[in-house]
Amino acid sequence: MVTAGLGTMDRPGTPQIDVRESALREAWAAWPEVASGRHVPPPIKADVRSLSFWYGKVQAVKNVSIPIADRRVTALIGPSGCGKTTLLRCFNRMHDLYRNSRYEGQIVLHPSGTDIIDRRVNPIEMRMRIGMVFQKPNPFPKSIFENVAFGLRMKGVRGRSEIADRVEAAIKAAALWDEVSDRLRKPAYDLSGGQQQRLCIARALATEPEMVLFDEPTSALDPVATARIEELVQSLKERVTVLIVTHNMQQAGRVSDFTAFMYLGEMVEFDRTEKVFQNPGKQLTEQYISGRFG
Amino acid sequence: MTPIERTIRFRRYQDAAFQVLGASLTVVALLVLGALVLDLAKTGLGRLSWSFLTSFPSRKAEQAGIASAIVGSFYVMIVTAFTAIPLGVAAGMYLEEYSRRNWFTAIIEINIANLAGVPSIVYGLMALSLFVYTFGLGESILAGGLTLALLILPIVIVATREALRSIPLHIREAAYAMGATRWQVVRHHLLPYSTGGIATGVIIALSRAIGETAPLITIGALTFIAFLPPTPLTPRPEEDGGGLYGPFEWLDSGFTVLPIQMFNWVSRPGEAFLANAAAAGIVLIVATLGLNALAIVVRNRMRRRIRW
Repeated sequence: MVTAGLGTMDRPGTPQIDVRESALREAWAAWPEVASGRHVPPPIKADVRSLSFWYGKVQAVKNVSIPIADRRVTALIGPSGCGKTTLLRCFNRMHDLYRNSRYEGQIVLHPSGTDIIDRRVNPIEMRMRIGMVFQKPNPFPKSIFENVAFGLRMKGVRGRSEIADRVEAAIKAAALWDEVSDRLRKPAYDLSGGQQQRLCIARALATEPEMVLFDEPTSALDPVATARIEELVQSLKERVTVLIVTHNMQQAGRVSDFTAFMYLGEMVEFDRTEKVFQNPGKQLTEQYISGRFG
Repeated sequence: MTPIERTIRFRRYQDAAFQVLGASLTVVALLVLGALVLDLAKTGLGRLSWSFLTSFPSRKAEQAGIASAIVGSFYVMIVTAFTAIPLGVAAGMYLEEYSRRNWFTAIIEINIANLAGVPSIVYGLMALSLFVYTFGLGESILAGGLTLALLILPIVIVATREALRSIPLHIREAAYAMGATRWQVVRHHLLPYSTGGIATGVIIALSRAIGETAPLITIGALTFIAFLPPTPLTPRPEEDGGGLYGPFEWLDSGFTVLPIQMFNWVSRPGEAFLANAAAAGIVLIVATLGLNALAIVVRNRMRRRIRW
């Protein structure tokens, strides 16, 4: 049944049975489609195992384990400072850009079985395989076309027509093509905030990553632009695995299939989004969901 | 009048008083500057003519000109720019983007800050011993240009670092998150986005260098030059061996520059030479203001092109 990545662990002594697979199965078990055997639960794309992270002496992520389902949307929620963004930025090793950062544990990326945070794994490779969209739209001060082409050029794609084709495909995938097809050479900063954010999504998609990280992608946008991004995030899961950090609980409820609730650096609860929101297993989760703190 | 009205009134007086003070001090500063320029123009404008610009210095004041000084300043600036820009930009880039903060870079940074404040004549003394004697460059354009390059190096480094620092963190993160290496981030993002700021700083630095006198006198730049450095790839006189001048032979030539020519004339007796000095001063001021204007234009164009 669920087999993706099993047996491809890169460290000796790691048990061949993936414990987190069962966590995902449990999360799915209450789903009638699965219980009745009509629906096969998704395989795991990335497996966070006992992950801890330190900024200097401050531990921001504490022994977190979460399975990330393949080609589904997983949301990380929790109050400010709970470590959700820190956890997200472990996936593409963004912390390596700054000194005094320290990881412990594993994030195993399937099916290749790569441990993302292993020192021997090149962060540049991980960033090419896992795209990221930031809180504030941050296009480069270049043309719309060049923003999306950047990743391709860096990868060494040379052919003009190939680049043009893949740029077009990425902009279409980001639901932006109709608005910019006639002004690809114009500066990206002429676009509205929502368009800029979709451009950043196109930029992340152009290199065909296995996974895309979203760090509160709509917090700087108006409601209409937010709705478009949410729609887009949901459509993306046909092609990539999505991990999204949001402090907007309604957003997590609308776009995600799985939700992990974090508090003070720890993972409090992970389950199907419906379950987390309608029938949370922990009192803390229930209090946060109902808006009693955070 | 209620107490609130009274304090508001007092605070408005305060505001108005400061405005008057600031405006009048600004006017005083501008008036002094204006008077200086006006005086210079009154003394020198009469001497300014095409023949003044194209003649060599002479013992007869009315036949003397600044041809060798203009050409000398130009050549020295070329050497200065070609040395200071790559060194300064590379150093600034290294310190800002590559180096780790440790005691070694701390020492470098303190040194750069201090170098910017070292009197220029001290640079001249150091250049005299290093370039002129140790490297055997003589009192040449090359030695002069290198001396001024050292002088403005700290300015170029600081300008580069400031320009890099003004690039927001989220732009860097966006580039790194795409899987760019540090070199790719520098090459495709940081350098293009900071060009405007760097260019502005470089031009301001050059406009300072063009007016420097003391270090060049120290290394022995001549005050009386009645020839031009050999123009690359032009015929060499028969008595000098014939053929063409090499592309870099001018580097080895003796030279004078505008401020030295001025200094030379000012120190001579007679009204006529003073007029010559004032006229050369006008040319120098025009060159400096021209460079500064260019810097402003460059900065504004870059500001329009790059936004975040």
